Amino acid sequence: MKVTVKYFGLVAEATEKSEEVLDLNGTLTALELKVQCLNGLAIADKESVQIAVNQNLDDTITLKDGDEVALLPPFAGG
Amino acid sequence: MSRYDRQIKLTEVGPGGQGKLRNAKVLIVGVGGLGCPAAMYLAGAGVGKIGLMDHDKVDMSNLHRQVLFQESDVARSKAVVAKERLEKQNSEVRFEVFEVPLTVENAENIINQYDVVLDGTDNFETKYLINDACILTNKPWVFASIYKNEGQLSVFNYKNGPTYRCVFPKSTRQNISCEATGVLGVLPGILGTLQAAEVLKIILGAGEVMSGRLKLINMMRASEQIIKINKRPEEVEKIRKNGIAPVYIDCDLKNKEQWYLDVREVFEQPKPKGKKVLSIPMSDLTLRYQEIPNNQEVFVFCQSGKRSKNAIEILKNEFGFHNLKNVEGGIETIIDG
Repeated sequence: MKVTVKYFGLVAEATEKSEEVLDLNGTLTALELKVQCLNGLAIADKESVQIAVNQNLDDTITLKDGDEVALLPPFAGG
Repeated sequence: MSRYDRQIKLTEVGPGGQGKLRNAKVLIVGVGGLGCPAAMYLAGAGVGKIGLMDHDKVDMSNLHRQVLFQESDVARSKAVVAKERLEKQNSEVRFEVFEVPLTVENAENIINQYDVVLDGTDNFETKYLINDACILTNKPWVFASIYKNEGQLSVFNYKNGPTYRCVFPKSTRQNISCEATGVLGVLPGILGTLQAAEVLKIILGAGEVMSGRLKLINMMRASEQIIKINKRPEEVEKIRKNGIAPVYIDCDLKNKEQWYLDVREVFEQPKPKGKKVLSIPMSDLTLRYQEIPNNQEVFVFCQSGKRSKNAIEILKNEFGFHNLKNVEGGIETIIDG
């Protein structure tokens, strides 16, 4: 299945992309995809990164073909 | 002709709405890149009382985005300067100045005196603090945050809606400020103005408030997205039951054998652990300089590298220290991890 992943903030910097389409095998929850995407990236606090599927903040959703996933780190600046 | 004529003409405002604005009390926590434009529009709209809270002083590097301040204001209290400037804009508004940080001790009491809180802060500790205090006092708050060219915006705890902890249940140490990353002045201008719009809608009871939704803006890519957020009732209940859950952020420094001097105020975070980390705020330097080792190299740091540079000047010129080295990029550059 193909899933579009959008990156924000620190995550976009670490991946050097704002989005990409991933071709995934098997069944995967949003949380599992997040762990897979962030694995090996230079991000100190991966747990703080939230995940949205089709513009809904929920990491328990099982992904399906055509889903759009967003990885959202918290921002502090003001 | 009434100064508010152009907005009273709107059906969403009308004379009744103007009365609601006149009776409203809005607390702005952090009068910086977000707080300045927000304060100007809220004062312009005739909000009855505006609280201006900021313990910081105006710096020359603030002027490109903190639009209330001028060159002659450098080194003056942001909250005081903002009040003076806004009083000229609208003498009908009452302003209350708080030249102190929001703390676990004062948050509930201060927020309780206002109807809505506008978050203009630049750190996670204060965002969680606003969130928890707003849950306990049952007040809505308008959140915004920035990272480089991106912004986030939402309204939390509005009519029992989701809160900041429903989006980000776990706090993080990665406090990255505009000082550290850089920012174009217009981005906080956009976000702060959107925050003021949300405050006006909340007061007027008009339109759709950004509750239950998180707006993401990328200014450079000219893109926007809205993410639906749900309440995590257990996160809110925890705060209701146990009170404010303070976020204390500690960290390790890269070199455990090195002596360090932290010249930041005691409330500034993260707090480094370690036997060789001395904490003496700028204001106490002349009283406590004897605690600083003078026979080995000591790295001096603050949040950005500016205050520590001044501290070294003082310690060198007044007390003869020649073993001090400035950490140019501030604490973020010496943290381990």
